Amino acid sequence: MITEEDVERISWLARIEIDSSKSKEYAEQLNSILDYFQQLEELDTSDIEPTYHVDDLVNVLRSDDIKPSFTQEEALENCENKKDGYFKVPGIM
Amino acid sequence: MPEWMSIRDTKHKIDNLSAEEVTSSYLDTIEKSSINAFTNINKKAIEDAKYYDKNQSDLPLAGVPISIKDNISTKGIPTTCSSRMLENYIPPFNAHVIEKLYEAGAIIIGKTNMDEFAMGGSTETCCGGTTFNPWDTSRVPGGSSGGSAAALAAGESPISLGSDTGGSVRSPASYCGVVAMKPTYGTISRYGLISYSNSLEQIGPMATCVEDIAHIMDVIAGYDNRDSTSIKRDINYSDAIINDSEGMKIGVPTELISDGINPKVEKIVWDAIHKMEDLGAIWKEVSLPTTKYALPAYYILAMSDASSNLARFDGTRYGLQVEGNNWHVMASKTRAQGFGDEVKRRILLGTYALSAGYHDKYYVKALKVRTLVKNDFDRAFNDVDVLMGPTMADIAFKVGEKIEDPLSIYMTDINNVPVNLAGIPSMSVPCGFADKMPVGLQIIGNTFDESSILRCAYTFEQNTNHHKKRPDGVN
Repeated sequence: MITEEDVERISWLARIEIDSSKSKEYAEQLNSILDYFQQLEELDTSDIEPTYHVDDLVNVLRSDDIKPSFTQEEALENCENKKDGYFKVPGIM
Repeated sequence: MPEWMSIRDTKHKIDNLSAEEVTSSYLDTIEKSSINAFTNINKKAIEDAKYYDKNQSDLPLAGVPISIKDNISTKGIPTTCSSRMLENYIPPFNAHVIEKLYEAGAIIIGKTNMDEFAMGGSTETCCGGTTFNPWDTSRVPGGSSGGSAAALAAGESPISLGSDTGGSVRSPASYCGVVAMKPTYGTISRYGLISYSNSLEQIGPMATCVEDIAHIMDVIAGYDNRDSTSIKRDINYSDAIINDSEGMKIGVPTELISDGINPKVEKIVWDAIHKMEDLGAIWKEVSLPTTKYALPAYYILAMSDASSNLARFDGTRYGLQVEGNNWHVMASKTRAQGFGDEVKRRILLGTYALSAGYHDKYYVKALKVRTLVKNDFDRAFNDVDVLMGPTMADIAFKVGEKIEDPLSIYMTDINNVPVNLAGIPSMSVPCGFADKMPVGLQIIGNTFDESSILRCAYTFEQNTNHHKKRPDGVN
């Protein structure tokens, strides 16, 4: 059961601002989907291994060669806010 | 008048007219259309087509126009994922499949509309508005690759690429009366596909006939070391285009023809299975007992993947940036404004399912159910070559009918998601009409056995007439 306080906590973890007037609506929607997920409890999976990946690949490696990549200009061209060849963001701390 | 053209028809027309005229007639059709299948047009398409008029070429797709779902990166052409977040994003590189298409001579004509970040089944959650179904514009085209399927059905593009995380090429192919295949996981490089659920999704070819699906696969499939899940395998898909299904063994999973199915759809699908029997195949009922649990397991995994994959949209390196007094506030405001409701819901639930205290209850539980779903398929394929059933339990629903109730749209994926959990290939091919709307037959194959699917689908198509019908106003 997700409470309005949970919505605020999760939205902070996910870095998606949710207007506090909408927390109740989100809690209701998320709970109805979680209720639907509950039916998995009917299945006994105690002896079942989880499948993270369907293929059998293990430790995919490649040689560490230098290859052509983006110029600084190309890497920055989709950035809205930049300065002196850097991405510019407000302070993190 | 717009028309459906195969790759063969298109090349014939290019020989008689020119690549420039063929491309420009598609661009005219798109320009005049009201179904909203495209997000952006490639401004260089005509210039690219002229090259093939000046230079003789025997490349497999020389001068052939193709449309591309808007989550596949195209250098110099906006790639928006139908999201406000990426409205102004222009990739500085091409996806692996786009490199392959250019090498084969294809002309990218434009980018097709989709549910935002491929999260949806109706192509209604797009920042640029809904795409409409060309067979009945009051209905949705399915999704999330709805723009691609609608473009094919409306004669706005001869072939297209979509992506399929939980039915996203098969649902719209079924609703729009065209063909699409989700290949085995690892067959087509995901390099440059903007990721939603990286452990489930594959790029998939879409076309108006089965043979074109094989031709596109021959161009885009193959190993790429920039995708660490890419598999080394050499398959010639066109070799499987055989009009003969004598002795092929078909399994009909009882769980796919369930209580919720539209009886008209059920009858059409059984007619298709009996047609295959007339053509020399043998069928029997099989059971995939975990199917019922595949849908909740799928959504838990897809949402968990999404919460991680979409963390990259933080207003820093690309996409929208909204002002805030520190980085966290900037990122939170950017994501609040940049993402639509469905994307937010999925990220929030995925974050919850992965958070401390709930990880085992939801995420690991879903991974275990995934094992059970895969075991079901492994058991079934011990006895049969392919599985057959309906792609969708019903015909396309009305625009706006389900959008307020997210779970009701999730439910429409019920026959499609088991395949993505198991990583196996599956195709939707037209098999009839209910209330004048197309119905799709789903043909599921074992891991890396796209060839059996193609052979079955081609035999069915060549011996039936369902694929010859067109929406009004299309030749």
